[in-house]
Amino acid sequence: MDMRGLGALVTGGSRGLGAALGHALAEAGARVVLVARQRGPLDEVVEAIRRRGGEAHALVADVGVKEDAHRIAGAAAALVGDIALLVNNASTLGVAPLRPLMDTDCEAFEAALAVNVVGPLRLTKIVAGAMALHGRGLVVNISSDAAVSAYAEWGAYGASKAALDHLGRIWGAELEGTNVRIVTVDPGEMDTRMHADALPGADRATLLRPSLVAQRILSIVRAAGALPNGARVEASRFAEAAS
Amino acid sequence: MSPAVWPRREPLDERLLVVDAAAYAVRDAHVRDLPSLLREGDLLVVNDAATIPASLRASCPGGAQMEVRLLARGGDDRTWRAVLFDDRDWRTRTEDRLAPPHVDPGDRLIVGDDLDATVLALDPISPRLVTLRFAQDGAPLWSALYRHGRPVQYAHLAAPLDLWATQTPYGSRPWAVEEPSAGRPLCWRLLASVRARGVEVAFITHAAGLSATGDAVIDAALPLPERFDIPDATVAAVARAKARGARVVAAGTTVVRALEGCAAMNSGSLVAGEGTTDLRVGPSHRLRVADALFTGLHDPAASHFQLLQAFAPQELLERAYAHAEREGYLSHEFGDSSLIARG
Repeated sequence: MDMRGLGALVTGGSRGLGAALGHALAEAGARVVLVARQRGPLDEVVEAIRRRGGEAHALVADVGVKEDAHRIAGAAAALVGDIALLVNNASTLGVAPLRPLMDTDCEAFEAALAVNVVGPLRLTKIVAGAMALHGRGLVVNISSDAAVSAYAEWGAYGASKAALDHLGRIWGAELEGTNVRIVTVDPGEMDTRMHADALPGADRATLLRPSLVAQRILSIVRAAGALPNGARVEASRFAEAAS
Repeated sequence: MSPAVWPRREPLDERLLVVDAAAYAVRDAHVRDLPSLLREGDLLVVNDAATIPASLRASCPGGAQMEVRLLARGGDDRTWRAVLFDDRDWRTRTEDRLAPPHVDPGDRLIVGDDLDATVLALDPISPRLVTLRFAQDGAPLWSALYRHGRPVQYAHLAAPLDLWATQTPYGSRPWAVEEPSAGRPLCWRLLASVRARGVEVAFITHAAGLSATGDAVIDAALPLPERFDIPDATVAAVARAKARGARVVAAGTTVVRALEGCAAMNSGSLVAGEGTTDLRVGPSHRLRVADALFTGLHDPAASHFQLLQAFAPQELLERAYAHAEREGYLSHEFGDSSLIARG
């Protein structure tokens, strides 16, 4: 997939991997729309991308809210044209500090599902519908190794990411023959605020920089046509994109 | 015919009135039968416009409130033609609504803290038809429009619509101020069956405007010129369909308007790209591109019915509509559908 002039929509764009992807995609020539709930940090990311000569736009919205889905997709298409790449990156731990399922409120669990599963489903329904009509497009879901390994105290997040993984496989089966692809990416353990919220005591020196992972995801985006539709891949197996 | 007052659950179960002008015949079917009513090789053309929430509450300089319905984008995203209504809402029939507060060029209409527009001009045909320029642009403009706007809707509906209810299953370009509703029942399961039947699916974008305002002078002028965009791939698909003697089936009157409008501007042939058409398709229009029309059932008095007469004689259409009424078909945007093939 050639990035130049391509419309890209990234959720969770104000920090961490989402912000790094915004930078990486804009540097590769994509026209980027970033979504986040908080105006201040999101505007800072967009301004930084623009200062470096990239195109970026800020949409303040909550992917966990049904009404926001068409607001995001409609405004994004108005700003950059067809969305050829959707990155469902926004996610929540559901509850922080982490705790056993026994101690997790059901509402917190539902909140994790709303943002990590239902939100991506809604946006994908809208954006992939257009992609399937237009005959091209890629959806990238950002997952976690917590979707595969059963870590104690990661119940809300891990279960929601496992659901997102399987959603990706089913999308892959249903999008067969449409020239629209979906890929689920396990980015690896990154030095982000979410990670600090989850594991405050972690040695940050052992964590990946989001900017490095963003470059690996760019490689995955470029290689997506060769992956089975609905594939789940680990970013660590891909080299950083030559930029 | 009674209007559908709310979206129904299963589009495939909705009814489909089949009007065959060649056979001079009318028969009943369901939306799920559409694939079998199309022929292998036919080309189905849909409108990929997404629906903007084009109804805004605004206050004028004196503080009076009004509803502003965006009608069509002007030369850029900030400039729009719009129709002004009184301070009531969709629950009142448009024809029963009173004159909106008077505005003059230069007046500022305030929608919210983050959205306001200046009246640039009043249209010669009516002071309710105005050109506005928003103070905002880019992401701030579109975010605010989507946050403050409500879908345009009419008094036959039961409750306020959310934006989800006004989108086709594949719409993406936010160009339409009312849903291009012919496409509403074209769910992905149905499109897959259509394709499996050997029917190609292509798209255009057409900026569907307001279907009615309740103002006799403005309504007589509808539809106003509308923007369209036809991709290269669709021009090629139409040429291939024509070359193999297959039919071009337009999913909705907006598709007819884009295809026929483009052809009328280019000596009968389609040319890829954006344009604006003021073509009003009626009984005397000679169709150059579309051979059949998949569309909703609307008021026989409306301009919609004029357009249908380009495909089938008035007498046959009236017979079809009388039959549909007897059989309990439902009309309007959430109603039943029809497939009208020309003779």
